[in-house]
This record gives sequence, C-alpha cells and structure tokens, in this order.
Amino acid sequence: MSAYINIIQEYKDIPGGLIEAYHALQREYNYIPEDAIAEAAKIFGVSEARAYGVATFYSYFKVGERGRYVIRICESAPCHVAGAAEVVKALEQQLGIKMGETTGDGKFTLEFCECVGQCQATPVITVNSKPYLDVSPEKIPGILSECQ
Amino acid sequence: MAEEMRIVLRNYGKIDPLNIEDYLKAGGYKGLEKARAMSQIDLINEVKKSGLRGRGGAGFNAGAKWSFSYNTGAEVKYVVCNADEGEPGTYKDRIIMENDPQSLLEGMAICGYAIGAQKGYIYCRGEYPYVVDILNQAIDQAKAKGVLGDFDIEVRMGAGAYVCGEETALIESIEGHRGEPRFKPPFPPVAGLWSNPTIVNNVETFANIPVILEKGADWYSSIGAKSYPGTKVLTLTGDVNNRIFIEVPTDTTIRQVIYDFGGGIPDNKKFKAVQIGGTSGGFIPESLLDTSIDFDSMSGIGAALGSGAVFVMDETRDIVDVVQRITKFFEHESCGKCTPCREGTKRMNEIICRLNSGQGLAYDLTTLEKLGRVMSVACLCGLGQAAPAPVLTTLKHFADDYSAHLN
Repeated sequence: MSAYINIIQEYKDIPGGLIEAYHALQREYNYIPEDAIAEAAKIFGVSEARAYGVATFYSYFKVGERGRYVIRICESAPCHVAGAAEVVKALEQQLGIKMGETTGDGKFTLEFCECVGQCQATPVITVNSKPYLDVSPEKIPGILSECQ
Repeated sequence: MAEEMRIVLRNYGKIDPLNIEDYLKAGGYKGLEKARAMSQIDLINEVKKSGLRGRGGAGFNAGAKWSFSYNTGAEVKYVVCNADEGEPGTYKDRIIMENDPQSLLEGMAICGYAIGAQKGYIYCRGEYPYVVDILNQAIDQAKAKGVLGDFDIEVRMGAGAYVCGEETALIESIEGHRGEPRFKPPFPPVAGLWSNPTIVNNVETFANIPVILEKGADWYSSIGAKSYPGTKVLTLTGDVNNRIFIEVPTDTTIRQVIYDFGGGIPDNKKFKAVQIGGTSGGFIPESLLDTSIDFDSMSGIGAALGSGAVFVMDETRDIVDVVQRITKFFEHESCGKCTPCREGTKRMNEIICRLNSGQGLAYDLTTLEKLGRVMSVACLCGLGQAAPAPVLTTLKHFADDYSAHLN
C-alpha cells in the first residue's frame, strides 16, 4: 500500500496530476491496482467516485490486474482490411485465451485497441506499448518468444 | 506528375532530431527571433495574412484564433499543442515530432509571445510513449540553450481517448478530469485551461509557424489552394501500392494523391472508395477523385480533409463491413456526455451490424439516414457530429453495397 502512496505523492503538486499519477502506477504495475484509486482520491482531495471515474474513462488505463505482457491488437479500419482478424485468431490459438483474457500464469493479456498511429505497416499490434508492424499469423511465435 | 513540397517536414532526414545544434544550423529559431523583434499585433497579423488554417480538422484561421486570446488582456494564458492524433490511419504528427521536435517547440514559443503566454503544454497521446521521450529531450535541450526565453513547455500524456482530440475535452484531460467536451461558448481562446485564455493548435499547425515567419506571409499564402494555403501532410493506408506519408500543396487532387504518390491500387484491381480525414471522414467515389484536397473543396463534396489520412479501398472491399468497423469505433469512443451521441452511436452500430449480418430491412436504411442527420446537428461536439459522415456518404455513394445486404 505504501508503495502506491509514494508513487502518487510525486504528482500531488502538479496541476491536473491525477492522470500523470495513474500513468506512473501503470508503468510500475502494468495496470492500476484497485486500492490505489482510493489512495489517489485521498491524496488529490477528490471523491473516490471521481478518481474511479477518471481511471475508467481512458482506455489506456486498466483498473484491476492484467498480465506482465499486454498485447493489444488494433482493430481500426486500416488494420481491419489488412487482416487483423487472422492475427487475433493466431494469438488466441497460441495463447489459449480469448480477447480480453489473461493467461493462467499471469504472463499475457490480450486486448483490442484502436489505432496506435503506425499505419504505414498494417496490421499492427503492441506489446507493452512497443509496436510490431506488418504482423501476420506466422510472425506471432517469434513475437511471443521475445517476451521473456 | 505532381510533386511533393516539404515545408512542415523541411528538416525530415536532414537533421538529428535529438540534437538541437542541427536544428539551429538549419536555420532553426530564426523565426522566433524575428517574431520577438515584432510587436505582438504585427506578429498576429502576419500569421493571419499567411492564411494558415488549423491542420487539426476544424480549419480555423490560426492568426484570427490567436487574436482572440491576445485581446483578452488576461494575465495568465496558455498555449496547448494537440498531439493526441487518434484518427485511425493517421500518423503525421508522430512523423513531425519524431523527426523535428524543435520546430514544434519554436512554433509554440512564437504563439506564446504573440498572445502573451508563458506556459505551453503538449498533450501527446498515450500510445506514443517513445515520442514523449523525444519531446522531453528536445525541451531539455531548448531550455539548456536558452532559446525559449521565459516560455516553458511541459508534456502531458493522454490515455487513449479519441474524444480528447476535441479541444475542450483535451483541456479537461490536462486538468486531470474525464475527457468530456465542454459546452461552448466560452471558447478556449477566451476561457480554456483552468478558465484562462488558451490557444489549442495541432502539431502540424505549429510546425508551419517558424517557416511562415522566416519566409513571410506572402510566400506562404501563394502556395496551394487560395482559401486554404500551404501544404498538408497525408498518410496513405489501405489498398494502395505505396503506404507512405507525403507532404503536398493543398491544391493537389485526390486522384494525384492515390495514383501519382500512392502508385495506384495493388494487384491490378479497380479503385472503389477512399475515405479521407480519418475515421470520421466521408467516403469518396471514383467520380469525385478530381477534387482538390483543400479544406473547402473537400467540404464542398460532403467530405473532409480532417487529419489527412487517406484510406483507400479496392473493388473487393465490402463497404458495409468496413463501415461496421467504423460505427463500432464511434460507439466505443463516444464519451457519453450528450444523449444524441451516446445513444445515436450505439443504435447506428446496432443497425449496421444487423445489415452486415444479412438481417437488415429496407426500413433500416431510412432510419440510418434520419438518425445520421439528427446526430450531425444535435450532438454536443465534433465527435458526434462527424460520426455519421461515413454512414451518410456510403448510403449516398455506395447504395448497391447496402442493397446487397438486405434480407
């Protein structure tokens, strides 16, 4: 618990720093721990409802646990026509989970996302925000094996 | 054969973006120096005279916008750079920031001097953490070099909300709130960030400013289309041979963009449609390809220049299937503040899904059209107002695709 407080405290005096604090939490844990929201509310002097409202408004934030490697697949139109659906199928098959789920060992989470701005080489996926370009089902094993 | 003209991307590939000395050697910060030797009024008039209009989508005259903030006489004002590019198929702001971050900082500092602001924020989308690092390094170098004077710039990171591209939603987000658009008026140039006068301009708009100062308003206004002068950075995606970014004068035609620069459609297939300006742009058929890409010409055909994304579809694409992706996007990205958008995007997606699965009736098409028309006037912000454009333009230009799906 005190670890959250230390992270959040750093942003306390920055105007509008709540979102920056959430980014910092997510950099540390890959998600925003539920308990941290109550702490953030106290530190920023807002209601818990408000702090929760901010955290859940933004799709880049995830409240509650997820895997160490968050794989996001872009489903915007340019990636869609380039074959994103096959990439989704390959990822689901190889990890044995469905989109939105986390593997039993807590290593991988699969999520849909919208455009990540790398449309020169579609379809695009990101692994912990790092973009992988021109992704095809054949490239998936290689990308997964990089996650060690 | 049309040719590129690089103004915004003048330093692309020529300088080390992480070395301010390179930027200075290429003539960087001369524009700011020149601006500071002018009176604020003269500076604003010069920008106004150049005819530069916002490159973020709304196309408002940049100098005129600045004059609103200048005229307020408030003590604290802000300059905000909208680097939250979230329009699917768009990555031009990333290219600018990755390759020439100092030109953005210089443009913001010029704006700061013009309106009398000491503080600037760059709101960079959360999907670009690596760009945030570049911007922070560039700011550190500019501060160490003293080129920004008393103007301070801070980077804030967005967190994946498309609606934050709308300027009042973006301001809410910098303030640490949910990114829900505000009621207007007051407009941000009068009351924006923490209720202070705030100029929000796009990355590409700011990157144009130093060159305009250096070469003059007359030079700039003579480039491209008269009512929307200068260049536009475009990103080509979809069924096009060259999936590249280009910067072209604004009187270039859509056909030139797709065929001269994009190299046409792959595998000898035929062109079917192009959607310009991102996911909220209208779909354009073959018969309108000779339209110039400038803001007003695009509005004239019921489309939009928007972010400059150019998404090409060949003859094998099922328009209804592509539109379903788009209506799902808007249902997800609607912030939920106003009813026409929250409910409208949901119902629109519902109907399109029904059509796409072959369960739709002719009646659905009439409903879609009516719903779209209502949303485009009744929604609170640009997101909801533009969301029906892909549906309305495809109903108009690609009616056969819809008929083929009817039950």
